[in-house]
Amino acid sequence: MTESIVSNTSIVETNSEYEAVIGLEVHAQLLTESKAFCGCSSDFGALPNTNVCPVCLGHPGSLPKLNRNLVEFILKMGLATGCKIREHSIFSRKNYFYADLPKGYQISQYSDPICYDGKIEIELGDGATKRIGITRIHMEEDTGKSIHDLDIDTLIDYNRCGVPLIEIVSEPDIRSATEAYQYLMQIRQIVMYLGICDGNLEEGSLRCDANVSVRKRGSTKFGVKTEVKNLNSFRNVEKAIGYETDRQIALIKSGGFVTQETRMWDASSQQTKLMRSKEQAHDYRYFPEPDLAGVYVNAEWVERVKSVLPELPMERKQRFMNFYGLPRYDAGIFVEDKSLSDFFERCAGELETKSADRFKAVSNWIMTEVMRILSDRKIGINELAVLPKHIAELVELFVGEVVSSKIAKEIFSDVLANGKSPKVIVSEKNLAQISDVAQIEKAVSEILAANGDNVEKYKAGKTNLFGFFVSQTLKATGGRANPRIVTEELQRQLNAV
Amino acid sequence: MKSYEEFLRSIPQKSCIDETHDFLGEISRKQELNAFITLNEENAVCAAAESDVRFADGRPRSLEGMIVALKDNIATAGIRTTCASKMLENYVPVSNASVADSLRESGAVVIGKTNMDEFAMGSSNENSVFGAVAHPLNADYVPGGSSGGSAVAVAAGMAHAALGTDTGGSVRQPAAFCGVVGFKPSYGRISRSGVVAFASSFDQIGIFAPDVYSTARIFDAVSGRDRRDSTTADLPPAQSFDTVRRPLPEHFTVATLPDDQLEGCDEDVMCVYRRSLEIWLSAGAKIMTATIPHSEAWIPAYYVLATAEASSNLARFDGIRYGCRVAGDYDDITVASRSQGFGAEVKRRIMLGTYVLSSGYYDSYFGKAQRARRLIYDGYASIFEKADILFLPTTPTPAFRRGEKINDPVAMYLSDYFTVSANLAGIPAVSVPAGESAGGMPVGMQLQARRYDDERLLQFARCFQESAKI
Repeated sequence: MTESIVSNTSIVETNSEYEAVIGLEVHAQLLTESKAFCGCSSDFGALPNTNVCPVCLGHPGSLPKLNRNLVEFILKMGLATGCKIREHSIFSRKNYFYADLPKGYQISQYSDPICYDGKIEIELGDGATKRIGITRIHMEEDTGKSIHDLDIDTLIDYNRCGVPLIEIVSEPDIRSATEAYQYLMQIRQIVMYLGICDGNLEEGSLRCDANVSVRKRGSTKFGVKTEVKNLNSFRNVEKAIGYETDRQIALIKSGGFVTQETRMWDASSQQTKLMRSKEQAHDYRYFPEPDLAGVYVNAEWVERVKSVLPELPMERKQRFMNFYGLPRYDAGIFVEDKSLSDFFERCAGELETKSADRFKAVSNWIMTEVMRILSDRKIGINELAVLPKHIAELVELFVGEVVSSKIAKEIFSDVLANGKSPKVIVSEKNLAQISDVAQIEKAVSEILAANGDNVEKYKAGKTNLFGFFVSQTLKATGGRANPRIVTEELQRQLNAV
Repeated sequence: MKSYEEFLRSIPQKSCIDETHDFLGEISRKQELNAFITLNEENAVCAAAESDVRFADGRPRSLEGMIVALKDNIATAGIRTTCASKMLENYVPVSNASVADSLRESGAVVIGKTNMDEFAMGSSNENSVFGAVAHPLNADYVPGGSSGGSAVAVAAGMAHAALGTDTGGSVRQPAAFCGVVGFKPSYGRISRSGVVAFASSFDQIGIFAPDVYSTARIFDAVSGRDRRDSTTADLPPAQSFDTVRRPLPEHFTVATLPDDQLEGCDEDVMCVYRRSLEIWLSAGAKIMTATIPHSEAWIPAYYVLATAEASSNLARFDGIRYGCRVAGDYDDITVASRSQGFGAEVKRRIMLGTYVLSSGYYDSYFGKAQRARRLIYDGYASIFEKADILFLPTTPTPAFRRGEKINDPVAMYLSDYFTVSANLAGIPAVSVPAGESAGGMPVGMQLQARRYDDERLLQFARCFQESAKI
């Protein structure tokens, strides 16, 4: 997820005649310990149908009981996105039959959701920002999982049933697949910063449906929209929306018209396909949930949640640029992953000398050496056993020219392997760079004396032999001679010949 | 009828075990009434034995040795809970309803599960997959419904008391038909946890007993806030047993309905009603006439809202996890299981409820009915600003003949005319035996009070019952 490259495959982004109008509905599965309306664990990965009870299985006579943490979590999201918080909101039942929906209805919020009228800022390329309105954020419960792809039968796992979700509904403010991608990325970062969702699209803890329509540029009327489902990766979100806008424009240009329907993104054919027409749409027969009292959120509760809101990704990015002087690119990379940006801060905090060039050096080290290891081992930063203090030491060793960057990389392998401090490794292995000019002067004159013929050739114009002299000198000092001083000394002595 | 109050006076000459065997004997002699679906003989005898020890040790609990029957929509762990439906014919709950726990903890002896209208939908107890329940006085007559089995269990001396559920009158109406006390507390006073839901915002557990004393004892034992039911009122358990023994206040006001709201009543009921007003006058009551607003909307509003909730509450019976399952493809199981598992009245109400919630109809039915509900609640509130209780018949007629209304749903629904408003408003209401018809069938009168004023309502009911001397 580190590359935020977006290819402009869609014609709409280059088409001046039409523009896309997009709204996203994003479901985020919450990391509460227990389910939304019963005491069952909401952990993933348990054996099928082990995290279940009469309430989430919809046994006759069982009644839901609201998990207050669900309210706490949605308040965090609402406040982080500038939403208004409704003091009194109610739950509603969304009625439909499905084998993995035990009660025959999903407890959700319909009219008067708890959070409404917010916004999320997204970045467009060069740092320009755009505000995407949030219509509403509401609470609901997840369904179970039907497993059809077994030979024997259809099996149902109810572990997921009743796990809390929030649904974040945007205004139709999004104008391209790229913006949709950026918006979803922002949501992902925010929920992860808040610690309310693990943000995993592929595993379904973050799910996205898109409402897509197109219209003539300059028009204020909305076109007929289609709803596109099954967008289970960032790439698919972008591709599906790109495909759907192109399809609609092509349809209109060829004299046809868009019909209101639900479409499914088919990743194998890279197309959206008709799932159900407007006539086949469910009638969910929403009505107020009579088994639950309303949700009352007083000002005190709102203030308490507000006071413990963490720094949000956009704020952190700005701070990384302002305080550490990091380039926008570096700040963006870190902020995408909260743990990685936390790690950067801890490393930066361990520096003995706090200066912009050292912060940048720490940034470079993490973005190259550390992230290479993470991607090789396919792990997150929290799983890497390395102390921020050691990264800081290492960076200071080579910025201070105590070791060369080549040696620094060797030391880093040692640090990773045995957890020793870089300083200790340097002294134990005698790796400190030789910066003593007299010592280097001696080594250089010995090399030049031993290679008289090459010195002749160099003087005769074969200047690319300079590199040969450098490498010979470094070799003679076991790689420890400071390359900058070696270079200076070589130039001085060769000129003197 | 055998009352718990009498039984308490017979201890220690009589043991709880003997009393239990007597009741079991009575149940077996009166099998043709069809009041029970499942008996709990072994557990009952064990519980009775424990009660005998408690009495002997001088540490009886509040309902020690009281023989209680439970309507078969109240979950009992390990004992099948059928709702008188083919859908749940073999369904055995994994846990007890909160009331079942409270009864056991208070020393009551659960003797069995009573017959009822399927999923509590009906007013005659003719809609049961286990067959109709007969009126104890005449088998050609209905005992009322939907808690018919519970009413008959008490009326025919097969239990000291019984629990039922009252969604639109399902406790008060059969109580009136069978000549026992039937009390529906304020919505939220007794936990619904473990009660198979019909209409969640109306359902309330109700109590049948020969007299108000036993009613009060049970109410005190099973009421109160329950963590498992978020809709229970944040009030402590009732303490009505003390209240009911107090005499009436010197000055009090009884509100009655104007004549036009009593038009549907037959002469038998009016006769008892008029005589009852005399009783109130001689007890020192000030009588005033009060109109409950929108009486034309009671039945429609009730049937719109209750069926809407029912259509959703009964969606869980899909043949997937428990209950009746008709084999078929993944997509067919639910349709086939529901087609075969539900009876005609249940299907009628599911369809009605589904219809009124449909997109495009919501405002004209559900929305409108909700507004009517609010107005009815407000109307009651203003009556109870001036009156201590509202006094009215429980039903427009005494028990009717079997088969008389079963093919005319609207006529059947109208027998709930005087009871549904209390459920719409969430207020407490109690039916008390007040007389009988020319044909010798019991007639009940109803007392209603302001929301959460249950204890005082029972106090008035106790005084009325004693004055009516029925």
